[in-house]
Amino acid sequence: MFVITCPYCGERDQSEFAHAGEAHISRPRESETMTDAEWAEFLFMRDNTKGIHAERWIHAAGCRRFFNALRNTATDRFLAFYRIGEKPPEIDDVVPATPCGEAVGSGNDAVKVERPPEAGR
Amino acid sequence: MGNYSLFSIVREGLRGNTGWTPAWRDPDPKPSYDAVIIGGGGHGLATAYYLAKIHGMKNIAVVEKGWIGGGNSGRNTTIIRSNYLYDASAAIYEHALKLWEGLSQELNYNIMMSHRGVLNLAHDDNEARQLKRRVEANRLNGVDAEYLGPKEIKEFCPILNTSPDIRYPVIGATLQRRGGTNRHDAVCWGYARAADALGVDIIQNCEVTEILTERGQVTGLRTSRGDIRTEKVASVTAGHTSVIAGMVGVRLPIESHPLQALVSEPLKPVNPCVVMSNAVHVYCSQSDKGELVIGAGIDGHTSYTQRGSLDIIEHQMAAIVELFPIFSRLRMMRQWGGIVDVCPDASPIISKTEIGGFYVNGGWGTGGWKATPGSGHAFADLVANDAPNAIAAPFTLERFVTGDLVAEHGAAAVAH
Ligand SMILES: Cc1cc2nc3c(=O)[nH]c(=O)nc-3n(C[C@H](O)[C@H](O)[C@H](O)COP(=O)(O)OP(=O)(O)OC[C@H]3O[C@@H](n4cnc5c(N)ncnc54)[C@H](O)[C@@H]3O)c2cc1C
Ligand SMILES: [Zn+2]
Repeated sequence: MFVITCPYCGERDQSEFAHAGEAHISRPRESETMTDAEWAEFLFMRDNTKGIHAERWIHAAGCRRFFNALRNTATDRFLAFYRIGEKPPEIDDVVPATPCGEAVGSGNDAVKVERPPEAGR
Repeated sequence: MGNYSLFSIVREGLRGNTGWTPAWRDPDPKPSYDAVIIGGGGHGLATAYYLAKIHGMKNIAVVEKGWIGGGNSGRNTTIIRSNYLYDASAAIYEHALKLWEGLSQELNYNIMMSHRGVLNLAHDDNEARQLKRRVEANRLNGVDAEYLGPKEIKEFCPILNTSPDIRYPVIGATLQRRGGTNRHDAVCWGYARAADALGVDIIQNCEVTEILTERGQVTGLRTSRGDIRTEKVASVTAGHTSVIAGMVGVRLPIESHPLQALVSEPLKPVNPCVVMSNAVHVYCSQSDKGELVIGAGIDGHTSYTQRGSLDIIEHQMAAIVELFPIFSRLRMMRQWGGIVDVCPDASPIISKTEIGGFYVNGGWGTGGWKATPGSGHAFADLVANDAPNAIAAPFTLERFVTGDLVAEHGAAAVAH
């Protein structure tokens, strides 16, 4: 269960929010000139990053505003919250030692990276 | 490999079970193979088995980063049915169901297949209309399907609350009698043993870290146990499909989400079938050990941690107690999560890619277990012949460009 910091309301329980997909995908301005492949890229293709991932959330049962977050999808640790229109902050975090390596949960111990000790939640 | 039989059980019983040998070898990777399958889940192992059995490709390997069946295969709730709405889906899921029916014999391994019937409940008029439409579509495709009213539902599953005064009354249901459940580990072990007997190397604790290419053609793999030369790489990695495809720059429309399940303390047989509800979003069956196996929907966020959030569990417990008041004082024993690879149209990708020799089977999301034999069968054909057969053809990656989607979201009741 996450505790999420809405940039407008502060810390709240995850159940107040809805995940709204990968961040920083903007709707193309001249869609009529695009090829089908370009349109598919905008509409469907996603990075689906294992590691540091920029994503949108909406504070659905709160202020109803969208905002962005950086989260490590290999550990579920939130790294930053920022408003729509802002650039993601430069942040370092422990990412899996190999592309498919597990950082938490059951997986191949040989490639497990530990969560940093200060990550309390 | 000895054949398992009544005779071998009696013999080993008398010898104190000292004569059993390992069900498959534990080989080191060879320097080269004709094809390598990444991912030792049910789908990957089935792919290997059919490649060796039907297409005569025996110099092949399955590489698995952990242990076989340790991914979604070993975490899923094994609900099996083929009553999907569209022709393309009905074809592949029904193909799988037919293979399930004979699989214990084919593999000489008891997969504990139980055709106990699957109920999909309707709680409002609109849902009832959709389910009736699906029953008709199923019948046109030769898939067994019936529509039941509340009285017949009560007869089929007496513990279900069909009273009209609950918040979301059960007003009807579809029943697929040939649907049911099986034992996930047994399926993986059975396929592994049968593939191994045909010469396939099953290599565990071997993680693929890089896919090597030259001029747009696969040449090999880099793994945690050394490099392997091969011209064909078949990815069957479920939650990690995007990461593997990313190694060769292939873009996919997949997002990986946690999906959780839980089991109760064991009970005497009480739930005779599988019950699924889309509207209150929960489903439940009873394992042969007596535990109720309960699942629901995905967590909304993407993740690779194999963990989900508590609110999903709270929600599914509320729903289960409404549908089955008899369960209200049960204790839940274990809870876990897997990472499911969700496609925007809730249908899988079984496809070639722009990289020669790189094939993808993924995007099965929350409901791929039921397809395991059919998926492996169709994918093996694609990998062997470099062209999709009629069953795999609708599930190409190109459909996201052409718009020819197989939109099963909502159309196929709960997506498991
Ligand atoms: C909780 C839950 C309940 C479910 N319930 C149902 C259900 O009732 N009915 C149904 O039909 N479906 C269900 N599903 C979905 C089903 O489990 C999946 O669609 C299906 O198992 C996917 O099959 P697989 O064998 O390809 O996956 P997996 O078993 O996940 O196999 C993929 C394998 O790839 C390996 N791998 C990943 N990266 C690498 C690498 N770099 N190198 C080597 N190996 C790698 C992984 O370790 C894993 O073992 C459920 C899923 C979950 C999580
Ligand atoms: Zn807010």
